[in-house]
Amino acid sequence: MADIIKLATRDAYGKALVELGEVNDKVVVLDADLAEATKTIMFKKAYPDRFFDTGIAESNMMSLAGGLSTTGFTVFASSFAMFAAGRAFEQIRNTIGYPHLNVKIGATHAGISVGEDGASHQCCEDIALMRTIPGMVIINPADDVEARAAVFAAAEYEGPVYLRFGRLAVPRINDADNYNFEIGKAITLAEGSDVTIIATGLMVNEAIMAKDILAKENISARVINMHTIKPIDRDAIISAAKQTGAIVTAEEHSVIGGLGGAVSEVVSETVPVPVLKVGVEDTYGRSGPAVEMLHIYGLDAENIVKKAKQAIELKNSRA
Amino acid sequence: MDTVVSKQLKIKACKVRMGIIEGVYNAKSGHPGGSLSIADILTYLYFHRLNIDPKNPQWEDRDRFVMSKGHAAPAYYSVLAHRGYFPVEELKTLRKPDSRLQGHPSMKMTPGVDASTGSLGQGISVAVGMALGAKISGKNFRVYTILGDGEIQEGQVWEAAMYASSKGLDNLVAVVDNNNLQIDGTVADVNSPYPIAEKFKAFGWNVIEIYADSFDEIDAAFNAAIEFKGKPTVIVAKSVKGKGVSFMENQCSWHGKAPSEEQYKEAMEELNATLASLEA
Repeated sequence: MADIIKLATRDAYGKALVELGEVNDKVVVLDADLAEATKTIMFKKAYPDRFFDTGIAESNMMSLAGGLSTTGFTVFASSFAMFAAGRAFEQIRNTIGYPHLNVKIGATHAGISVGEDGASHQCCEDIALMRTIPGMVIINPADDVEARAAVFAAAEYEGPVYLRFGRLAVPRINDADNYNFEIGKAITLAEGSDVTIIATGLMVNEAIMAKDILAKENISARVINMHTIKPIDRDAIISAAKQTGAIVTAEEHSVIGGLGGAVSEVVSETVPVPVLKVGVEDTYGRSGPAVEMLHIYGLDAENIVKKAKQAIELKNSRA
Repeated sequence: MDTVVSKQLKIKACKVRMGIIEGVYNAKSGHPGGSLSIADILTYLYFHRLNIDPKNPQWEDRDRFVMSKGHAAPAYYSVLAHRGYFPVEELKTLRKPDSRLQGHPSMKMTPGVDASTGSLGQGISVAVGMALGAKISGKNFRVYTILGDGEIQEGQVWEAAMYASSKGLDNLVAVVDNNNLQIDGTVADVNSPYPIAEKFKAFGWNVIEIYADSFDEIDAAFNAAIEFKGKPTVIVAKSVKGKGVSFMENQCSWHGKAPSEEQYKEAMEELNATLASLEA
């Protein structure tokens, strides 16, 4: 068996920007003194004339990105998720979202897998924040293949996009040669009839593992990769609710307002079935190795399996 | 400045002021004080300085203007209307549900508006982005923005100021409308931004200080700003909040309220008298 390729989505982001910069000379990249970490440094090295470090001032960077985009550029503005979506929320809302400008927010170091830097840097609120901005597209890629595709799709799309990348190297789950990405179109990775696991980001791999564990217990789980959180693929959710009658969401984000919230909103208004959420419970993270953090906060296949069984029980108790 | 041109600008500015009062009165809300204080500079920009084409508001080589103090939308709309971007009559629709004239400027709704603003401190960053865009693409357009003196209490203004000078954006001119009043009192009492000129100097800007009611001073300042190379320029303009309507002048209370019918008539009477004397 070939070795599993492992790469952080932030690395894929940096590489994709370089590829994109080659074919699109209107792409400009901004960073707020984190280019080494966000990997925009790759773009800086390739196209120094189209890279601007705005320093440790994310609020200014976001509004500046908005203004810059009005002069005909596709602007990627990067920082850690905490400082992009968190610190500069209102700048994004008012100077990028409201005028619907062509700015792509490349937010890296999202979620708890930031690891040792601890709670101040572990952003588990960004999807919730970005989701409330009208017209904002939110993409949370599962691996490097998807991250690359997302960068190109975001550049094609005219308007604001929030791209969510991770620090931790994650296994490649998509086939680079046969991968199709479409904004807002979920990917069904496995068919199933008892329960549906809807996952995003690095939790997609955990969802696949959970499906295999459940299969050994004769539980048939559908697995959906919801790479786009907004606009969410309503059809995929409604079909899952109708056909499997129970849903588990899995995300490296707070259980409040993220993928779990988005799925629940669709389900409660269409086909009300149990939706159980795997995510960071209403709490802050802490310092420690990334993989350990994921287990401590229940962001793993085991917890998905547990919730899947609970969801099925809930479904059956109401039947 | 040529006295004929100066007189024409004074006449235009008076009409712009009438448009401000018309808009705010019909809206029954809005910000007359800080709109009136910038009426002369805005008139100068739109009728004498900016390289623009009202028939082609999206012309890509046009000079850009960002109303960083977005609450001065009534002044912005009035000058745009008088410059021909939309009918002057439309000013009466300000802040109404079906109007293109939002309470604060929206670039998606109003012809001629280059940036959506209203949340203070952000417009200058947008302007910096536009100025950077001109530099990257080798275009010659210039970017102008007006900030309030209370607005510069926002930390983002200084993030933007630091970056603009750090990158030598000499195609950017900011104006600080120094009318000395904000909602809760004088800017000095609330959270003093003084000395304003020294602060911008320390942030690496070329600084020019003027009185906002003299078109000669305004013209000289903008000419000097454009000739200055290597740094952005800030024009700190001493102004009078409510300028041109006596009972509104230098009153905090006229920051964000509309005149009653009686006050509206009184204001229009005064502005009509000013206009008549200018045209005499």
